[in-house]
Amino acid sequence: MKEVVSGNSAAAYGARLAKAQVIAAYPITPQTTVVEKIAEFIANEEFKPKFIKVESEHSAMAACIAASQSGARTFTATSAHGLALMHELLHWASAARTPVVMSNINRAMGPPWSVWADHTDSISQRDTGWLQIYAQNNQEVFDSILIAYKVGESPDIMLPVMVNEDAFFLSHTIEPVEIPEQKEVDDFLPPFEPEYKLDPEDPHGFGSLSMPHQWYMELRYKIAEAHEKALLRLIEVQNEFEKRFGRSYDIIDEYRCDDADIILIGIGTTAGTAQEEIDLLREIGVKVGFARIRVFRPFPVDRMRELVRKAKFVGVLDRAFTFGYEGPLFTEVKAAAYQMRRQPLMKNYVVGIGGRDITMDVIKRIVENALNIVEEGRIDREVEWIDLKGAQEIHLRRRY
Amino acid sequence: MGENLWKTHKDIPYAPITMFSCVGVNKTGSWRTNRPVIETKKCINCNICWKYCPEPCITLGELHPKIDYDYCKGCGICANECPVKAIKMVAEAEFGEKEGEQ
Repeated sequence: MKEVVSGNSAAAYGARLAKAQVIAAYPITPQTTVVEKIAEFIANEEFKPKFIKVESEHSAMAACIAASQSGARTFTATSAHGLALMHELLHWASAARTPVVMSNINRAMGPPWSVWADHTDSISQRDTGWLQIYAQNNQEVFDSILIAYKVGESPDIMLPVMVNEDAFFLSHTIEPVEIPEQKEVDDFLPPFEPEYKLDPEDPHGFGSLSMPHQWYMELRYKIAEAHEKALLRLIEVQNEFEKRFGRSYDIIDEYRCDDADIILIGIGTTAGTAQEEIDLLREIGVKVGFARIRVFRPFPVDRMRELVRKAKFVGVLDRAFTFGYEGPLFTEVKAAAYQMRRQPLMKNYVVGIGGRDITMDVIKRIVENALNIVEEGRIDREVEWIDLKGAQEIHLRRRY
Repeated sequence: MGENLWKTHKDIPYAPITMFSCVGVNKTGSWRTNRPVIETKKCINCNICWKYCPEPCITLGELHPKIDYDYCKGCGICANECPVKAIKMVAEAEFGEKEGEQ
């Protein structure tokens, strides 16, 4: 059945069709309508989870972890400052191996207050052990939540998954979304059955002390191992999803990259705009493609190497910045390319910070710059802030 | 945890759990600074202390509840909740060498 819904409603439908059993969430713009839609489903008796009202995002995540440990499928949603407040428990969720699924609406961090799209919030949670998926449209938001449960709850994975969507560009934009029948989703997604759970009949200590000579390091190694397996599992589950529902997803979503001399790499909704501009540039013979990193953790390092291998130039678009260095995606892409025999020229474009529009013209200017770089055979600078009011003056790393 | 049974990371459970009830194995009575003592004459056996004990180390008795000092951490919630003030918190120092100490 096709519904015309916002990204946030799509997320709420995802939780409903996945039959989440416990939902604990605290509202924050622009995530609020996820919680509102779930409340509406519950009021209409279309969805019957245990809905826990909590006093903060920290408590929301704590409730989800405990519920997950008792064997319940859990869901929550947040954004920006809410996600930051959860930080401690994000570590706990992954290390306790609770496959909580969370919608995060990517929003800039204050001050100054901004509710608009920016990836700083979730990128800042990179090292918490969560899987991170970034959607490009509302259908993908919905589909990714089902995929997230199936991957996260796999017995050899057991990790939480964050499904990210750009503030307003997705969260409040209405698009047609195919919502499958409950039966079809049930066939795809079996009930959650963890091997160990909180059960008075079978008591275990959960998360108790481990001395340095005991098992802490090995438990962390097992998370690292599970992340590696998760990438393969994601591919497997996405293939199964395609067979059942007819929509295909990849860990890196490539657009006209096959014969591209210039490849731009980004995350989230930027891809849609870039694809439109790339079509225009291709018409005048510019060999350019766009690759959208759909899965950021685990990082698809082998695929990234395959992708950048043939390019003359790789431009990485970051809608976030790691102060004191460069854009976070740029660091990742460069690191992946480092072990290759030959690297393409690479440059970081910092774009769309705090929700500033990334227009087709922005993409066009980046490609023009890329063409100059390819012609010169060297980059003009390593990091460039695009659409900044005034020239970018801070530029300390001059040698490359 | 279970280091005698386990040799490598392949042997351990995927999650940080103990294979037994560690609350039962690890005696926590030595953590206590003050010991709750039930004045049996005052006790009305209402079992409110039993309900509130977070450990839980209070068990129901025929005439009055019993406190297991091997596990009581001395939080004092029982004394605070007792409606007839039948539970006194007494400094452990007054008991000298005592049970519950490891």
